[in-house]
Amino acid sequence: MNVLEFTGLVWIGSFVAGLLGSLTGLGGGVVLVPLLTIAFHVDIRYAIGASLVSVIATSSGAAAAYVREGFSNIRIGMFLEIATTIGALLGAFLAAKVSAATIAVVFGLVLIYSAFLARRPRHPGDLLHQPDRLGTLLKMNGSFPTPEGQRSYFVGGVPSGFGLMFGAGALSGLLGIGSGAVKVLAMDQAMKIPFKVSTTTSNFMIGVTAAASAGVYLTRGYIDPGLAMPVMLGVLAGSVVGARILVNAETRILRLVFSAVIVALGIEMLYKGLAGRI
Amino acid sequence: MTMRWTDQKVEEIVADILRAGVVLAATVVAVGGLIYLVHHGHAPADYRVFHGEPSELRGVAGIVRFALHGGGRGLIQLGLLLLIATPVVRVAFSIVGFAAEKDRMYVAFTTVVLMVLLFSLFGYQYLPG
Repeated sequence: MNVLEFTGLVWIGSFVAGLLGSLTGLGGGVVLVPLLTIAFHVDIRYAIGASLVSVIATSSGAAAAYVREGFSNIRIGMFLEIATTIGALLGAFLAAKVSAATIAVVFGLVLIYSAFLARRPRHPGDLLHQPDRLGTLLKMNGSFPTPEGQRSYFVGGVPSGFGLMFGAGALSGLLGIGSGAVKVLAMDQAMKIPFKVSTTTSNFMIGVTAAASAGVYLTRGYIDPGLAMPVMLGVLAGSVVGARILVNAETRILRLVFSAVIVALGIEMLYKGLAGRI
Repeated sequence: MTMRWTDQKVEEIVADILRAGVVLAATVVAVGGLIYLVHHGHAPADYRVFHGEPSELRGVAGIVRFALHGGGRGLIQLGLLLLIATPVVRVAFSIVGFAAEKDRMYVAFTTVVLMVLLFSLFGYQYLPG
């Protein structure tokens, strides 16, 4: 395969990943690394470097659209970014110390877990009715627009949310993914932040988190321009198209199919890692 | 006319920074990609074995110097650097926004985040090991 063919095929694969990730809300980054390593036989370190770059592109693009709507909470995001960026540095540091097979095994487990999280029914409405001391001290309480006007909310569980965010950052730095699923878990479940605020604020944070590890990857020579170019442009184009088309369409089946693909890729990564064939 | 620094105002500027950064980065990457494909399109593609990038494609100063020669790979790397810099600029701007709101606590938090990001881009290479 020459560079032209390789670039074209990787662009198409990344476009589809970005499109499906955007349509299903599961994020495209999580399937990129398995796609590149399994289908294109790319070394996992190059794949992670390229994936990180595309995560920054899609997160920044989506965040730009969300902040205007008034859902994302910039203070919650900024405070938790202390945890995610330090975690991301640690993850990127670890990525150089552990073997490719170990990374593949962790990746496989995270893929299967993300698919499981996506399949689980959500329980909205489990919100705090009393202000929490720490959440109030940190000025995290806010409000968001609903059809019935602004609705205010209280934020709690700051220590556990902060801890989970550190883990989300470390996974992001180790695997080159946005780990939006863990971020939403921390905000939605631990900190009792309304779902819409969690998802948009999480999106806002993903780019900053990924930038913290991308610097390390770049310095270490894990970001190859020839590979990152079609991946970044493909994912970005796919997610832009995905955000524009069929917002009202039935995405349930699409989510189901995409979750199945994620599980299959997870099992494949797990197998390759355990068999040492990566 | 006095400029009112509200959360909403800050967030709108943040949105503009993010959008402009992504568009600029993608444009530079695309132009670099075209040059790269014209020159190297028929070379064999092989990413099976990890070599690591040469030193001029690693550090910030090296990438900028290399990109100015106009080579495709250097330009792509410059575009990727712009992309990585976009969230950094966003965080730096947030410090200005919080300072204008006289929110010292969040100026401090945001400064910590900015330091971590700058360390990743500029400081990591000086770490031993």
